[in-house]
Amino acid sequence: MNDARLAVATSSRDLHLSPAPAIKLAARGLDFHYGTFRAVTDINLDMPEKRVTALIGPSGCGKSTLLRIFNRIYALYPKQVASGEVLLDGDNILDPKYPMNRLRSKIGMVFQKPVPFPMTIYENVAYGIRHHERLSKAEMDFRVEQALHQAALWNEVKDKLKQNALGLSGGQQQRLCIARAVALRPEVLLLDEPTSALDPISTSKIEQLIEELKQDYTIVIVTHNMQQAARVSDYTAFMYLGELIEHGTTETIFSNPSKQQTEDYITGRFG
Amino acid sequence: MGTSPYGSRRAKNLVAQALAVLATIFGLFWLVWILWTTFSKGLGSLNLALFTQMTPPPGETGGMLNAFFGSVVMSLLGIAFGAPIGVLAGTYLAEYSQKSWIGETVRFVNDILLSAPSIVLGLFVYTLVVAQMGHFSALAGAIALAFIVLPVVVRTTDEMLRLVPSQMREAALSLGVPQWKVIVQVLYRASLPGIVTGILLALARISGETAPLLFTALNNQYWTTDILAPMANVPVVIFQYAMSPYDSWHTLAWAGAFILTLFVLVVSLAARAIVSRNKIVHD
Repeated sequence: MNDARLAVATSSRDLHLSPAPAIKLAARGLDFHYGTFRAVTDINLDMPEKRVTALIGPSGCGKSTLLRIFNRIYALYPKQVASGEVLLDGDNILDPKYPMNRLRSKIGMVFQKPVPFPMTIYENVAYGIRHHERLSKAEMDFRVEQALHQAALWNEVKDKLKQNALGLSGGQQQRLCIARAVALRPEVLLLDEPTSALDPISTSKIEQLIEELKQDYTIVIVTHNMQQAARVSDYTAFMYLGELIEHGTTETIFSNPSKQQTEDYITGRFG
Repeated sequence: MGTSPYGSRRAKNLVAQALAVLATIFGLFWLVWILWTTFSKGLGSLNLALFTQMTPPPGETGGMLNAFFGSVVMSLLGIAFGAPIGVLAGTYLAEYSQKSWIGETVRFVNDILLSAPSIVLGLFVYTLVVAQMGHFSALAGAIALAFIVLPVVVRTTDEMLRLVPSQMREAALSLGVPQWKVIVQVLYRASLPGIVTGILLALARISGETAPLLFTALNNQYWTTDILAPMANVPVVIFQYAMSPYDSWHTLAWAGAFILTLFVLVVSLAARAIVSRNKIVHD
């Protein structure tokens, strides 16, 4: 039933898209409050499977807040309340009955600043897996290597897996954080300004990586950098003052936006 | 040209700098004097007997073995009682209380306890333990010291955990790991040097405390390992011997003061070494 509704929503919105990919993650009438302040208002957004959706907009527009709803990490803080629905494969993850354990293993998140845990490189990647699965040493070695390959970090760290992760450079640390997230084999990856603390070379590595990761994962990325959104994403959503102003293929949004506000923002007239 | 503001600014800067340097010298002067006196008088009184013999009666030679032993036992017991509770309470404040009124209240009360006069803590434990048991004991002394350890450890644990960037918490929680596991396996590891330093500084502090022990452990001229009996300890021995009219006791008091100062110095340096070796820049 949910699938049918999703299909209708998709086809009416993205008729010009072909072929329309399945909707992996969707927001329906989503509101978010910090105490009495409404940071996000009535968001309806479809994020197609194995595609990159970029959330753009000026500072404070609610794009990071929106991202933080998708894995319920906001629930860590009191007085932060989300209402409405977030559908992962049609199931509402905001339903308190939806198991947090399952949610977090299906939706991985990478943050703005690279925050490796104070452990070895190997343990950083194995840490999340250990909580969810019982694996033999050989299986674990395989999973860690696979995750590091996926994060394009294996060749740089394969000889120092037992070293402290804090000794890596900023760009390597961020790729380690990506490896840590993909090690759980999630279905969705949330990236919250993953390159804003990195130098240009590390940034381009991460962008290439996103290109490869979308073969396997549905990716939602928050970025301040519009060139980055244009480079890495298939779909772009423009937010302003907590509302979703416009949403469509990245090509459409950047070449032929339908709203004046969107055009003003992407051409740099404000924001 | 000559009336440019830089001349007067330079003069003002010079005055301010001179005052700051003078104030520093004034403070350091007394510290150096105290250390110098302790070291010169204490060093001369050092001998093997100090560590092998018991506290003597007036006029006889002896050492402070029983006092050193008592101080070590009570300080370690004080840490053993105070530190675990302090770490847990600090964890509650930093990780679970979430700016609630109860957390803020506990934090405020803890700060009061932190600056409470130690003699008051001694009196408190006297009524709580000594009066109930009917006699002085090393156990009561350790409990009094634990009350000094507690707020120090609560405060440092709380502060060190709050220094861990919130993104590290979020990153660990976003892997689906429950909060208690994140605290034990990730956050404690990140803040361990700071927490250990707090415990070491608490150890340095209680090893020289006299007032709380006067009311609780009292003193004992003889060797004992019974923690339910009065036990000798360095600060109280120094206090009694320094107040006495006997030269041999004065010498022992200086030697004890020297060892005590040396111990506090070493522990403080160890704490500093731990902090500087593990300094991690998080941003």
